[in-house]
Amino acid sequence: MSLDVIVFGAMFVMTLGAGLAMLFARNAVHVALLLVLSQIGLAVAFLLQGAFFVAAIQIIIYAGAIMVLFLFVIMLLGVDRREVLDEPLRGQRPLALGLGVLLTAQVLYIAWRGVDLAFAGTGEAAIQEVNSDPGNVLGIARVLFGRYLLPFEVTSVLLIVAVVGVMVLTRRMYPAAPNVDTDIPGTEAEEVAV
Amino acid sequence: MGAIADFLGGPDVVIAIVKVVVAFAALLVATLLTIWFERKVIADMQARIGPNRWGPFGVLQTVADGIKLFFKEDVRPRYADRWTYGLAPVMAAVPSFLAFAVIPFGDHVTVGGERVDFIVSDLNIGVLFFLAAGSIGVYGVVLAGWASGSKYPLLGGIRSSAQLISYEIALGLSLVPIVLVTNSLSTVDIVAAQAGSVGNVDLFDGTFLQGVSELFEVIPNWYIWSQWPAFLLFMIAGIAETNRAPFDLPEAETELIAGFHTEYSGIRFALFFLGEYIHVVVISAMAVTLFFGGWNGPIVDEFLPWIWPVGWFLVKTIAFVYLFIWLRATLPRLRYDRLMWLGWKRLIPASLLWIMVTAVVNVNPEGVDEQTLRSIRLAVFGALFLLVLFVVAKGDPRLKQVVTPERPRSRRAQKQGVKSGSS
Amino acid sequence: MPEGYFGSYVTIGVFAVVGLVLVFGTLALTRLLRPNVPTRAKTLTYESGIDPIGTGWAQANVRYYVFALLFVIFDVEAVFLFPWATVFEDLGTQAFVEMVIFIGVLALALLYAIKKRVLEWL
Repeated sequence: MSLDVIVFGAMFVMTLGAGLAMLFARNAVHVALLLVLSQIGLAVAFLLQGAFFVAAIQIIIYAGAIMVLFLFVIMLLGVDRREVLDEPLRGQRPLALGLGVLLTAQVLYIAWRGVDLAFAGTGEAAIQEVNSDPGNVLGIARVLFGRYLLPFEVTSVLLIVAVVGVMVLTRRMYPAAPNVDTDIPGTEAEEVAV
Repeated sequence: MGAIADFLGGPDVVIAIVKVVVAFAALLVATLLTIWFERKVIADMQARIGPNRWGPFGVLQTVADGIKLFFKEDVRPRYADRWTYGLAPVMAAVPSFLAFAVIPFGDHVTVGGERVDFIVSDLNIGVLFFLAAGSIGVYGVVLAGWASGSKYPLLGGIRSSAQLISYEIALGLSLVPIVLVTNSLSTVDIVAAQAGSVGNVDLFDGTFLQGVSELFEVIPNWYIWSQWPAFLLFMIAGIAETNRAPFDLPEAETELIAGFHTEYSGIRFALFFLGEYIHVVVISAMAVTLFFGGWNGPIVDEFLPWIWPVGWFLVKTIAFVYLFIWLRATLPRLRYDRLMWLGWKRLIPASLLWIMVTAVVNVNPEGVDEQTLRSIRLAVFGALFLLVLFVVAKGDPRLKQVVTPERPRSRRAQKQGVKSGSS
Repeated sequence: MPEGYFGSYVTIGVFAVVGLVLVFGTLALTRLLRPNVPTRAKTLTYESGIDPIGTGWAQANVRYYVFALLFVIFDVEAVFLFPWATVFEDLGTQAFVEMVIFIGVLALALLYAIKKRVLEWL
């Protein structure tokens, strides 16, 4: 058994184990940490596939940024509150169950198709194209800024929508009244000028 | 995919293990020396003597402190979350170590026909790896703040996580122009691109100023000349990432005791300390690698040719560590709202703007290669850019505002003031 | 040469494992060497010498999390910039125009946030 199989096995156990432990952990911070662990496991799995850039993104964005956001919110809200068991939305649970089944079916289908493609060798060509000579990052960049230019630019629109969304959601918490401490006369005019 | 198995079979394994061991030993020694160096330098700046008992010039002081912390009781507060509390110092120390893996600290040496590069691992995504290690490093602070089950650490944790994430963006963006001019994410390529001298500037060719052109032959071809706005952004964000003065808000003694590590003692406290100083060394080494030519130096002698680059690298890195210490001894701490103001409203827009400037100068529709002229153009733009920044900063009323409120003068002082004013 | 790269990642793995072993090893070693006599006074939460009041959780303003949300958004942007920077030489003007649009849109978002005074810290 070669080392990459061993590493894959270890990551398989780590990612799935962390995922399972997440379901049974009582503490929200522990859940977040276990999620970080499974993200790192996924990053290593990407590395084994030769997808270095994706692995780096997995760490920087998912383990680094999004999980910090989770922890931040947990810290701000406090974790020792007991979970509220009654549902604010009626019919949440059946809906969640249905969607869960749908998602499982989807994942299984993709896995099945993936195995199919791997045996047929059709996916190989696309991977070869991305991983070709100068390396993975260049390959991804060429594809991203060449063939998939429109989706890339749409991403920026998606991000600006997210920014606006953040501001709309938190609007109530921002009183229009000027802040005594930071609002210095002249600041407003200067910012308008810029 | 038996690549890893092949790797395990060859002499590469021995090299890899030796590298890892050497890197760890070097980092630990560097940390011990940095702490001693800081205490000595700050003592000197404050006209004190500093540690002078253990070893020559007190060099072994840190070792003594370490031994003390080693045997100290590790008190865990009753309301602390047991596992997270234990894990936080580890999360603070290990990512700082990891970032060092992509820093080339010398050229290469050939041992028994095997080429050994002086870098733990030359990754093709080296710069991104550095960022990834930094983004994981945030957890140490966040978790320590939360897990202590105490108010000061919680506030310190929230504060510092907000600070770290704000400056992390500026740090990442300040690296983009370097990648843009090098066309590579590998730190080894970035250092290689800075080899040699500026050289062959045909600006003054044939004129009476030709001597000026020859002067360029001795100036090393470092990115600092053309990329100094990026360097400034990197340094400011880098210092903020290490949680050190003037950005040491997380551990502002006067308001938060020790911030996120208020409740830590013994060896776990030592781990936070270790993490911070390794981070200082790593940021310094990264600044050298990206902007000051890495291990490139003016003199490489025939005698032990591999030791010279290592020496140059060390000299430059120590200079940056000194800068860190100097700043700590000089600058007062920023107020929190100013810190966020600087990060979000100045550093991030400035780094985006500088990326665009670098792109404008480097965009090359005709496909003509004029590398040097581009660098000069960049330097000129850099000067303009900084001038604009300076003017904007100067014109900002917030900076003109008096920080300490004026003390109401006593009646007697007012009278005297009136007297002296009238006479 | 992808093979060589696998090798370099294994070295990083070894580096990480050695680091973790070293840190946990130190922790385990000190556990054997140090005294451990927790008393009530020692394990009390530190509140400047006064007995702690209430729970360890302090009320903090929820709007802090806006910064975390904006961080995620701009981090995604930063990550897009890196591959762009590596192919800039090859794609030239085209890549330049693409990124001007991308950065322009996001700069607009940042400007909007500043104008809406979301980034003011109390």
